[in-house]
Amino acid sequence: MTATATSTAGTRERTAPWSGQSVARKEDGRLVQGQGSFIDDLGMHGQGYAWFVRSPHAHARIVSVDPSRALAAEGVYAVLTGEEAKQMCEVPFFQIAPGAGARIEEWPLAVDKVRYQGDAVAVVLADTRDAARDAAELVDVDYEPLAVVVDGVAAADPGAVVLHEEAGTNVAWHGTYDYGDIDWALESADHVVRIDRLHFHRFSSTPLECNGATVNWDRGSGMVEVKSNLQMPMFAAMVIGPTLGVPINKFSFSSRDIGGAFGNKIAFYPQIAALALLSRKAGRPAKWTEYRTEHMMTSTHGNERTFLDIEVPVMGDGSILGVKVRAYDDVGAYLHYEPLGAVIWSQVVPGCYKMKHVRVDFTTTLTNKCPVSPNRGYSRMQHLWMLERIIDIVAHELGFDPVELRKRNYVQPEDYPYETPNGCVYDSGDLPRSLDIALGLAQVDFWRRRKQELGTGKGKRVGIGIGSTLDSGTNNFGQARIINPDLPFSGNGEAALAKLDLYGEVNINLGTTPQGQSHETTSAQVAADILNMSPEDVTVTVGFDQAHNSFVGFSGTYASQFAVTGLGAVMGATEKLRDQILEVGSFALEAPKEELELSSGTCMVRGDPSRSIPFIGIANLVYTNNAVLPPELRSTVDLNCRYVYVPPFAVPDAEHKTGNLTLTYASQIHVCVVEVDEETGATEIVSYAAVDDCGNRVNPRIVEGQVHGAAALGIGAALYETFDYDEEGQLEQPSFYEYHAGTALDIPDIQSGYLESPSPFTPNGAKGMGEGGGAPLHAVCAAIQDVLGKDDAVVSDSHNSSERVYELLHSADHHRARGVTVVSRPSADA
Amino acid sequence: MTEPSTTHAIEVTINGKIYHREVEARQLLVHFIRDTLDLTGTHIGCDTGSCGACSVILNGKLVKSCMLLAPQADGAVIDTVEGLAADGELAPLQESFAAHHGLQCGYCTPGMLMSATYLLRENPTPTAEEVRRGIKGNLCRCTGYVNIVRSILAVAEANRARLTGTSAEGGQQ
Ligand code: FES
Ligand code: FES
Repeated sequence: MTATATSTAGTRERTAPWSGQSVARKEDGRLVQGQGSFIDDLGMHGQGYAWFVRSPHAHARIVSVDPSRALAAEGVYAVLTGEEAKQMCEVPFFQIAPGAGARIEEWPLAVDKVRYQGDAVAVVLADTRDAARDAAELVDVDYEPLAVVVDGVAAADPGAVVLHEEAGTNVAWHGTYDYGDIDWALESADHVVRIDRLHFHRFSSTPLECNGATVNWDRGSGMVEVKSNLQMPMFAAMVIGPTLGVPINKFSFSSRDIGGAFGNKIAFYPQIAALALLSRKAGRPAKWTEYRTEHMMTSTHGNERTFLDIEVPVMGDGSILGVKVRAYDDVGAYLHYEPLGAVIWSQVVPGCYKMKHVRVDFTTTLTNKCPVSPNRGYSRMQHLWMLERIIDIVAHELGFDPVELRKRNYVQPEDYPYETPNGCVYDSGDLPRSLDIALGLAQVDFWRRRKQELGTGKGKRVGIGIGSTLDSGTNNFGQARIINPDLPFSGNGEAALAKLDLYGEVNINLGTTPQGQSHETTSAQVAADILNMSPEDVTVTVGFDQAHNSFVGFSGTYASQFAVTGLGAVMGATEKLRDQILEVGSFALEAPKEELELSSGTCMVRGDPSRSIPFIGIANLVYTNNAVLPPELRSTVDLNCRYVYVPPFAVPDAEHKTGNLTLTYASQIHVCVVEVDEETGATEIVSYAAVDDCGNRVNPRIVEGQVHGAAALGIGAALYETFDYDEEGQLEQPSFYEYHAGTALDIPDIQSGYLESPSPFTPNGAKGMGEGGGAPLHAVCAAIQDVLGKDDAVVSDSHNSSERVYELLHSADHHRARGVTVVSRPSADA
Repeated sequence: MTEPSTTHAIEVTINGKIYHREVEARQLLVHFIRDTLDLTGTHIGCDTGSCGACSVILNGKLVKSCMLLAPQADGAVIDTVEGLAADGELAPLQESFAAHHGLQCGYCTPGMLMSATYLLRENPTPTAEEVRRGIKGNLCRCTGYVNIVRSILAVAEANRARLTGTSAEGGQQ
């Protein structure tokens, strides 16, 4: 293991190996000049502009939809209503859920009922954006409002108003995860810490670019062309294909530059399906660029999770034996990608800790709110936040030092590979050392002294908090079977195509959809090392294109996996290409392959540069001069090398809910120091450090950028960003005016440090990273808790605005009202 | 017979080029720049003037082009991101953003560069705090601002070196 703890990226060197260096980004030249091709910059000939008609009600019966006034307006090409769309479809969207959830019928537009504020009932196509917007207001919709349920726990009550009558319940999924023997642990522990309720709030990463697509249903060929900024396009194709009656090979999905996604651009397939039908009806392409308010209300939110009746068995020495909890995941009005959130968290059942006895009773509920879908840290960060809250509450209640308590319970460096109670295998790491580095970077010694000096009652208080988290990456889609054993999904993978083009140009195509993760750059680094040339001479095609055929069912950019799956595919494809080049070179140079080497775009006899052939010569022999090749070469070499990287997974045991659910476990340890104004609750981060361990870093500066970004989104969520609904299901933060996305004044400077514990399970020792595991939420909450006194309130919500911090400071209640109780065995006190 | 006109003839100079267009009275300046003139470097990230993705410099002042109507720009001189590089050479800020990884997805970058350009025109040698204040109207959801601040400070540092160099020379004269 190598260790560095610097906050600046390495110097740029100019020689191979390129992997491991902070090589300049290939993407930047166009992006700093405003020459990126983002979704609204693209379009198609003859396109109309689409505008969705959306419900003002959170829950209502649709009495009638009358498009006649809109159709009469100038410039309007067509209006598609929910009922019409349904008539054009073959089946509702595929559901991941079994049982009640599987009975939910979702169509491209709402039919009969709307189920959240912003649910789309119709869509208009017109010759300009403004004409479409004006006409959308002329679509007359009659609603009959219904009772609303906005609380994820109350939604499970048998008496709650039901969103989807065909399901008969708002409980979309329920299951119990039971590992070890939690009853024994609770009986045997010296102390049992009980926490009544913890709540992880609703927010989203809200990429700066909203969703968008131009869709053309070509009448002649039946091809459905989709230019979009979807981040998992073939998932969308697989969901909407059967609904629209379009086979996958009649779709043509593509994307170019994407202005951020963070998981939020996985699940807008209903809009794509509606646009396809609108195009089919109007006979011309339909272009839709989502606007910000539409995005905030209807695109997607992150999972909101409530944890109830938490019980934690703890031994006198601080060993935490496990946890027992009931969790309710509020996923909004429809199941988009859900209920996968009900299993994804179990990639990290014990978090960073060695606890062995865990029982989680998990319920996914539907509410009259925006549907959720993956959001950076998807489902794991909620669970990890709960575990971190538990650690700090245990420390606070039983008088342990939070640093020592963590170190005592962490999985230790010598334990790797470490098998968790549910069969996941943590690959590598050094959590105690990561924590020490983070404490140093945050200058915690200084801040501890300052905290001592200030104490309480002097106007300002200091609090120090730690967030220990895992960024599990490269997931095994077999975990979907734990949700629904009938699902034919397992494994994972990514495809790449490495080719020598007609004049010897090296080109890589990928199945991924980068949104700032620099895939062009890192792919070129990896390919350049294999071909022994400069990354500047390797072209990586911008964006995804179904026509390249470099995709598999899992293709896309999500879930912290590119460094493993994407680069694994690039390595495999480029190695194949290298071998083909050497074979042709061997023929051309009349030398055995073993004596050849590649150098800067030529193939030559090692040590004899006079005997060489440039790549253009190799390409010539294969593409335009192949009669000179011997038959066996002609039939085996095509200089188009496709490779699919497949991680070594087995199918999980759905019955016992066990199996290896992710290949890699990057870790992030954050330390946050806050200063709180006692009078107002105003909370300011005065020091912040993040230590990331994602194995071998292909490009350290890019890794650092991901660490900064994940930290900033988490800090924003912890202090500023929240989606709240009122009792009528109206969203209170429908724009960036109310939804306070962190600004340059809110987000502190972030000190970052690194460990590199190579993964033994990946082709390059790298681990996927980028999501970050929500560490800032853990660390900020812990820091705020540290500001509070022994008998003060407990930080039980993941969102703590200054107002809430004020309330926490001024609600020094008696023990019971804090929602925490400790039961100790008499002998434990002895 | 005095229906108000719904279109206006405007003349706008953008990046040194003069454009004459008939525009709808209600057209936003940002849509004029992006859709009518096809200068798509200027982006849109919100509908409340909150994100700064649409920032341009209009008559020497930094503005959010989604907060103005196109007719209000009649006669104006506007700089957009497309005008930053000159004669095939990137501007120092563009170089610096690339060198310090001041962008990831690049969607906020044009607006961020225009705010930074304005900031450095007003104050060539800002402190970190001043840089943060200068870009507080520009949201970035990818970078956490850390490397954006570094990128701008690096140019400020170069400015500082140049300015002190100049004044030292001046002192010798
Ligand atoms: S688009 Fe102008 S401020 Fe957001
Ligand atoms: S780089 Fe993506 S929003 Fe700033």
